[in-house]
Amino acid sequence: MLHGRRVAPLSIDLSHVHRRSVTSLFSNLVTRPTGRAIRSGVESQIAEMDGGAHSVCLSVLDFSQVRVLDYSCADEIVAKLLLRFQAEDRPAEAYFVVRGLQDHHLEAVEAVLERHALLLVCETEDGTCALIGAADPLQRAVWDTLLRLRRAGPAQVAGEAGVSDAAAAAAMSALCVRRVAAPHSDGTVSPLPCLLEPTAP
Amino acid sequence: MTKVLAVPPTLDDEAFDALIEQASQAEGERVLLDARHVRWADPYGMVGLLAVGQHVAAAEGGQQPILQLPLDAKVSSYLARMGFVQAAEDTFELHNAPRDRGPVSESSVLLPITRIRSHDDVHGVIEELNEGRISTILAEQLGYSRSDAISFSMLLSEVSQNIIEHADAPGWVGIQTYNWMKRLGRRVAVIAVMDLGVGFKGSLAREHSARFGDRWSDATALEAAFIHGVTRFRDPGRGQGLKQIRRKVGRWGGKISIRSGTARIADIPDWDHSPPMQTGLAPFPGAQILIVLPAKQPAAPPAPAPR
Repeated sequence: MLHGRRVAPLSIDLSHVHRRSVTSLFSNLVTRPTGRAIRSGVESQIAEMDGGAHSVCLSVLDFSQVRVLDYSCADEIVAKLLLRFQAEDRPAEAYFVVRGLQDHHLEAVEAVLERHALLLVCETEDGTCALIGAADPLQRAVWDTLLRLRRAGPAQVAGEAGVSDAAAAAAMSALCVRRVAAPHSDGTVSPLPCLLEPTAP
Repeated sequence: MTKVLAVPPTLDDEAFDALIEQASQAEGERVLLDARHVRWADPYGMVGLLAVGQHVAAAEGGQQPILQLPLDAKVSSYLARMGFVQAAEDTFELHNAPRDRGPVSESSVLLPITRIRSHDDVHGVIEELNEGRISTILAEQLGYSRSDAISFSMLLSEVSQNIIEHADAPGWVGIQTYNWMKRLGRRVAVIAVMDLGVGFKGSLAREHSARFGDRWSDATALEAAFIHGVTRFRDPGRGQGLKQIRRKVGRWGGKISIRSGTARIADIPDWDHSPPMQTGLAPFPGAQILIVLPAKQPAAPPAPAPR
């Protein structure tokens, strides 16, 4: 829950982390050891930013300077980061957004998301956000509605999306569990992109 | 006694099978591989010849087999430019090696024969492909887009990592483009990746052989990995590399085959007539992967001869 917690924006340029974290200096993100090293670097940055139990970290992974991203590396970076911070025993309250993904990156990232049934928020070139990965049509419809409303409860989302209250509530809960949306203390929910803005809703 | 193995004039995947068959009958003898009459070679044939040489050397207690290189100076020079001669020096006692072993300058060489021992070598391959003229060659010769060129690198990365992750032994990779005018009417890129490691059956045996019982074989191991994405690792993210490779090769209308032990499995496009599964082949350690990617456009017909 976001109540009373400070959102600490953290932008991580993956090619930068790669240079700092991996002995071999390559801008191409290939092989599992490279992916593990980058993931370790991202986790360390999040740990360094840890502002205590009430701090929520929003981590932006920027792929815009990455040329080749293979499936193995995408699995180690993206899938394993999401799995680790989705787990009950996650080391910190971190959420992830990716940006700068080109078509050939998307191919690898979508494959690993589908494989692990994960969801991820992707910021596109024009600044809009899209949901990538394994989501059913209802979850996507509710996500789109939340994106328009920025912050809303199940009844409002149900009305806007043309679904039942129960269906909207279930989909919103699923989006929160999969950490592409975050719940507030009053029962409303915000999609992750709204947390990227200077003033969180 | 010396056992002479005649290397077929066309040094390709079929020649590799023929060499293995011959090599299996050479126990206890020094082997001489006679490649004097080779007229044409692709990366699979070249890397295969290296693999046969290393296998024979290991079987004969480290005694290097002899390799007689092609008599045709152009063929011999081409093998040198592809990095074959340099790689062969570690494996064979070389006879009539060409003097010219200069750097690769051939416009159709995407990647000379490269040893893969570690993940760093995989990085090296990807760096070389991207710092080289891969986009230009793939665009000009195969009609591939820039995005296709990057996907090509992804494919190479995954297929090369297979050596490190599953073989427990070093291997080689090599890539070249050719004009398959007669066979396909198009140019193709031929990718060869080989190792002399534990093979698919060996890699999967501990975790998966029990549930196959008597059916456990090279063929069932290949099917499990190739078709079903089975891997020795318990991590659910593993075992997807081959699936991604097959998807890309299929999208480009290409062919992929993997030989391991005594079997070969393949995704066969409509322009090829190989069987999807072959069993009962002469045994050979490790895994040998062949990928053939056709150009998106038919090759231009040869220009008429000037009068």
